[in-house]
Amino acid sequence: MYTTDQYEGMAAETIAVPGDGGDYIYAYYARPTGAGPFPSVLLFHHMPGWDEWYKEATRKFAHHGYAALTPNLYHRAGHGTPEDVAAKVRGDGGVPDDQVVGDARGCIDFLRAQPTSNGKVGLWGTCSGGRHAYLVACRLGNADAVVDLWGGNVVVENESDLTPQRPVAPVEYTKDLNCPLLGLFGEEDRSPSPQQVAVHEEELKKHGKDYEFHMYAGAGHGFFYHDRPAAYRAEQAVDGWQKVFDFFGRHLGRQA
Amino acid sequence: MCTTIVEKTGITGSAKGARGWFSLREALVSYDHPFHVQLEHAVNIDFVNHDAGLDARVGVELTIDSARELAQALLAAVEAAEAYEGRAE
Repeated sequence: MYTTDQYEGMAAETIAVPGDGGDYIYAYYARPTGAGPFPSVLLFHHMPGWDEWYKEATRKFAHHGYAALTPNLYHRAGHGTPEDVAAKVRGDGGVPDDQVVGDARGCIDFLRAQPTSNGKVGLWGTCSGGRHAYLVACRLGNADAVVDLWGGNVVVENESDLTPQRPVAPVEYTKDLNCPLLGLFGEEDRSPSPQQVAVHEEELKKHGKDYEFHMYAGAGHGFFYHDRPAAYRAEQAVDGWQKVFDFFGRHLGRQA
Repeated sequence: MCTTIVEKTGITGSAKGARGWFSLREALVSYDHPFHVQLEHAVNIDFVNHDAGLDARVGVELTIDSARELAQALLAAVEAAEAYEGRAE
């Protein structure tokens, strides 16, 4: 718990980290100053890209005592405004899942290698980033906790929605999940719909996984996004952030 | 991406964006999250020339109804244009 007599400090900057195939990609790295040890959180940005909201979220984790890293998963598309870069990736049908997994591997290794690390790494993402966080948790098997915020297409109902970039629905990897999962969803969302979340939950139960799902009434897709007035739901967002920090606090060794 | 709805078509023409006029190469039409309009999903049209840089882009975000109306208006204008050109011959 924070008290006003505590020292606070934060460093936040753009760095380059080794990603898939040894490519260096840019990442926004925000962490508390001090010797630590600090737990880490790897953030997966949403479809609109490596944007201001995600930089703010990265700093929010650092403010709460985590070394937080958000790689630019669209790095290879080139550089420009986040919108111009994301528009290109959107037109290309998204980034390949295998590439995201490779990027995440490099980022997790980077976070664990820091002298301030306590060795624990959590994964966190919203929208397509929620899907990526879950996918990476299942495929790499080296995270200590994962948070999926309204990740669409974890469950795929039509095979035509499987693409060369996303050839396998992440729910198919559920048996390989080996860390606790927190999922936050909106009842009015259509991707994922409450029915798709229920399918995901059944799969988690079938394999005896450690998970917590919360379905918020009166919320749809993106209810944390304070810069999207039509999507933002203050009450649900405040509760959701509390659930995120409670969850990571329990599983990543963050001192309360 | 949160949907898999993307259509691409090569186009010839020009567009005026943040960098001024540029030659067009492609139109990318998607139904996915928009950047500006306050909708969860929109019909997004990106008129681009990626050979000239990522900022060679004019983006439009439309409701489904507006996109249909635009498509109908485009087709009506094109049909009239083809008839006009036919008459001109």
